[in-house]
Amino acid sequence: MNAAVAVLKRELQSYFLTPVAYVFIVIFLISANWLTFGVGLLYERGQADLGPFFTFHPWLFLFLVPALSMRLWAEERRSGSIELLMTLPLEPWQAVLGKFLAAWLFTALAIVLTFPIWLTINYLGNPDNGTILAAYIGSILMAGGFIAVGSCLSAITKNQVIAFVLSVIACFVLLAAGYPVVLDVFSPWLPPAIVDGIASLGFLTHFEDISKGVIDLRDLVYFGLLIGTCIYANTLILGIKQAD
Amino acid sequence: MIDCKGLTKQYGPLRAVDNLSFRVEPGEVLGFLGPNGAGKTTTMRIIAGFVAPTAGSVSVCGFDVESQALEAKSRIGYLPEGAPTYPEMTPLSFLRFVAELRGLNGQRRTTRLDEVIGLLHLESVLDQSIETLSKGYKRRVGLAQAILNDPEVLILDEPTDGLDPNQKFDVRRLIRTMSANKIVVISTHVLEEVDAVCNRAMIIAHGRILADDTPAGLEAQSRFHNAVTLKLKDAAQTAAVNAAVAALGEVAETEVDADAGRLTAFPAPQQRPLTAISRLAVDKGWELAELHQESGRLDEVFRTVTGGASA
Repeated sequence: MNAAVAVLKRELQSYFLTPVAYVFIVIFLISANWLTFGVGLLYERGQADLGPFFTFHPWLFLFLVPALSMRLWAEERRSGSIELLMTLPLEPWQAVLGKFLAAWLFTALAIVLTFPIWLTINYLGNPDNGTILAAYIGSILMAGGFIAVGSCLSAITKNQVIAFVLSVIACFVLLAAGYPVVLDVFSPWLPPAIVDGIASLGFLTHFEDISKGVIDLRDLVYFGLLIGTCIYANTLILGIKQAD
Repeated sequence: MIDCKGLTKQYGPLRAVDNLSFRVEPGEVLGFLGPNGAGKTTTMRIIAGFVAPTAGSVSVCGFDVESQALEAKSRIGYLPEGAPTYPEMTPLSFLRFVAELRGLNGQRRTTRLDEVIGLLHLESVLDQSIETLSKGYKRRVGLAQAILNDPEVLILDEPTDGLDPNQKFDVRRLIRTMSANKIVVISTHVLEEVDAVCNRAMIIAHGRILADDTPAGLEAQSRFHNAVTLKLKDAAQTAAVNAAVAALGEVAETEVDADAGRLTAFPAPQQRPLTAISRLAVDKGWELAELHQESGRLDEVFRTVTGGASA
């Protein structure tokens, strides 16, 4: 575990040594505010909740999180530092976990930095802060899912652009899995049971449940399993392809 | 001890390493020589646990690098080809990261960090990001991480590549001083390096071992081994001298380098013609500008053994 923590610390350090951290946080905060006030019309609705704020999180993450996760392994491959990392005495899963957690913690920090919106809504009215907290937790869990998928796909290439494009597509499919745009592709030729299965894999279904203020064990298990599976697959991919 | 048994690595149609078997004992400094694409780097990557062999096995200090990877890796200090690091970090934070993963802590960590920073003269650049450093410093940062935990086995892929002559000298001296009870494997295509640091040299081409001997042993395979080269003050005499030298029983044949005005006499089997030639020179009263016996030329052995192979 110490090894994973060492990797985590090094990764976090690197975010702040390069412009990545600042660019990401600034763009995330500006976009979140614009979507909330400009598109979601938080003031004009006249309701004391953060509905419009959280509604846009999945779509914001769809582009911003792959931009963060694309470098996780592709950059190591490109620069050759993967050879250094993987010949140090640590298990591959520790490296994968450390990198994933670093990216997740960093994204969580960016999400938490949106707290002025929460202050604003509390100043304007009396929102249900329990629901808001649940939605924040849901948003961070969903970001974790995106990062796990992105990290896994970043491990298959040394090209960050490819990693980004693949991650956006994979995340979009996962986001929209419960909606006709994805289900229509499968329903003509797959039995309904499997189509229902695909529908239940959707991020949005689970995120919407949580952001209504209900933290259901099934939603936690869903994100936990998704992250766990991706970390496992990521480790396998590294084992097969680390030297290519 | 490093024990390689039947190592083979296949990349599609290319067999990068072909059934290599060898052992390296503590105290040995083994130099891998070979043309580019000979399989040196791949072999080192397999030993370091970065590439899995298609067939065969490697054990390091008794630990199999595949099934007991952690035990093996914790005993190996490895400098990958090109000395990759994390360019945005400073040498100090980078070395601290490696120390943490190597399980160095407390007083020992501080001591070792100070030692390697001193050994590789990194004091002045500790707080500068690695990407802003010169090639020589980058290489030394890579070397520093490899020797950080004073490992039993050092695998160094082209450790002096990109260094200036003074830095090369320093690094070779460092490798020699560290090698007393360790196993050191270096790869190089600088042949003088083999003489300078190695006590064993292996020539590899097309993934196979073509020669495995001490540097002196390899030089002995050269046709220049014990050959005598001389130069006359008066170049006009060279032809006459050549005829006299070639007539000696100890001399198999002679060659004249007309541009440099040098005459080289190659020994007949088991002969050392130096004594006979010097006596002849005194008898005939030749005025010599140079006279020396050659120990053998590694580059010539290298070319002969590898047959000019390159990939």
